[in-house]
Amino acid sequence: MKKRNYYLLFGAILTAAVLAFILLGYFWTPCDPMKMDGAARSAAPSLRHLMGTDKFGRDILSRVMKGAGATFLVAFGTVVIGTVIGTLVGALTGYFGGWLDEVLMRFNDALSAFPGFLLALVLVSVLGPGRRHLLLALGIVFIPSYARIVRTEFKRASVQNYVKSARLMGASTFRILFVHILPNILTVLLSAITIGFNNAVLAEAAMSYLGIGVSPDEASLGYMLSDSQAYLSTTPWYALGAGLVIVLLILGVGLIGEGLQRKDL
Amino acid sequence: MRYTAKKIGTLLLTLVLVSLFVFLAFSLLSGDAATRMLGTEATPERLAALRAELELDKPLPVRYVDWISNLLRGDMGTSYQYRLPVAQLVAERLRPSLTMTVMAFALIVLLSIPVGVVTAKYAGGWLDRTVTVLGQLLMSVPPFFTGILFTYIFGLILRLFVPGSFPAWEDGAAAYLGYLFFPALAIALPRVAMTVRLLRGCILEEAQKDYVRTSMARGRSRGDILYRHVLKNTLVPLVTFLAMTVAELVAGGVIIEQVFSIPGLGRLLISGISNRDAPVVQAVVTLVAFWVVVCNLAGDLLGRRIDPRLRNGEGGDA
Repeated sequence: MKKRNYYLLFGAILTAAVLAFILLGYFWTPCDPMKMDGAARSAAPSLRHLMGTDKFGRDILSRVMKGAGATFLVAFGTVVIGTVIGTLVGALTGYFGGWLDEVLMRFNDALSAFPGFLLALVLVSVLGPGRRHLLLALGIVFIPSYARIVRTEFKRASVQNYVKSARLMGASTFRILFVHILPNILTVLLSAITIGFNNAVLAEAAMSYLGIGVSPDEASLGYMLSDSQAYLSTTPWYALGAGLVIVLLILGVGLIGEGLQRKDL
Repeated sequence: MRYTAKKIGTLLLTLVLVSLFVFLAFSLLSGDAATRMLGTEATPERLAALRAELELDKPLPVRYVDWISNLLRGDMGTSYQYRLPVAQLVAERLRPSLTMTVMAFALIVLLSIPVGVVTAKYAGGWLDRTVTVLGQLLMSVPPFFTGILFTYIFGLILRLFVPGSFPAWEDGAAAYLGYLFFPALAIALPRVAMTVRLLRGCILEEAQKDYVRTSMARGRSRGDILYRHVLKNTLVPLVTFLAMTVAELVAGGVIIEQVFSIPGLGRLLISGISNRDAPVVQAVVTLVAFWVVVCNLAGDLLGRRIDPRLRNGEGGDA
């Protein structure tokens, strides 16, 4: 009997649950995330406020839902930028090779030794605050990691028989690249996307924690975490609520990635 | 030799690219530093004078080359916000960051190697499964969240340290190292989980090889084969991975210093970034890049020292 892929199963369930939570937050939250309830300041979790309230009496669950939505949007956008451009660059350089490939890969090797998060940090700071800038900076910084993975796969595929026969049959290069090869490397690409997504979530949370790239009036998980630190002794649930969503999101997507890698084994 | 030269070339390119990136980001995108320092009310003469003083009036390539050659002589320029030599600012903040990174690295080595070996030895058993699940969980917790949890548990409840008040080195090494232990552990934990997974995977893969079966057929015990042969062969990927870990530790350190209010390089970098203090950011990022590059090279050379096959085969591209 085939062994069940529990990683994929649990990952999918967990991710679906967190995504449902985030999607719900775009349309409905239990309370108005900005409404301050003077009677329930720094209240402990209760039936009315499942995650308690902060020092202004704002419902933490509602704020976490909004913040998670923002984090998700940035991570999603970053993945789209990184995957689309990274795949294009990786496909072209891997398939054609040549001097451009050589040069780009040298640059890629050199840059990959350095933590991309720090470069994104510098980029965001000079671009100025705002989610669009954050998204752009993270997207750009993550492009090389996708390009590298995709390039290796296309290079390997370019000498395989199915590609050779497609070429003999007169298929256009575009068709060979994106209709023949791309579906064959989808598992590898998907698993790279899960890793990239998690890195983007981490980076967004870390940046907003540091207060770089976001304004304080927007709900954001990182900002909430940094805010919660000052009131850690009186309202510890504040930190817990915001942090838990990040952990569950990363865990779910990480499990999917792990499951994808084990799929062929 | 050829390989080493090529490796050093790549690493020098890392340094140049990273420093150029930061330099260009600030010169092209961040607007005029002189206007920011003097405000919009300043007269054109004063602005021009300040630009000349900061050498912002020179062409870009000249400024970059000047900056590099000054850096090589140990002159990192003057901070815009503190009006102090950057070299002095960096020197004052180097110790806590370096200590914390070294501690985190030591924790990774000390924790992950025994755990990795034991889980591989009893692969599939209850211990192995528990560690795998725990590892997946540890990899999902952002270090700064771990840091906040540590602050609450060890700082506020157990009172093992006072959150927010970083002890001076002069107050005694025990308090200093005791405070740094928690942030070091927070950035180390996800990497411990990754290292355990890597080591376990390498050992299990190595154990499939023919020489292991032959040794078993000759009646050697499993433990004997594991410690004498299999482990040696997993050292090279382990060393390479650990060298790359240093870069992640430095990046993680920048954030965790903020969580624990540690007056280190990370806080200097963040305050530099928030205030668009180009000389400070350029210096710190280049310093980090240098540190990353040195560790990478060390890991690489160590790997070749351990495994003679890498030296003879010129198998550098693998």
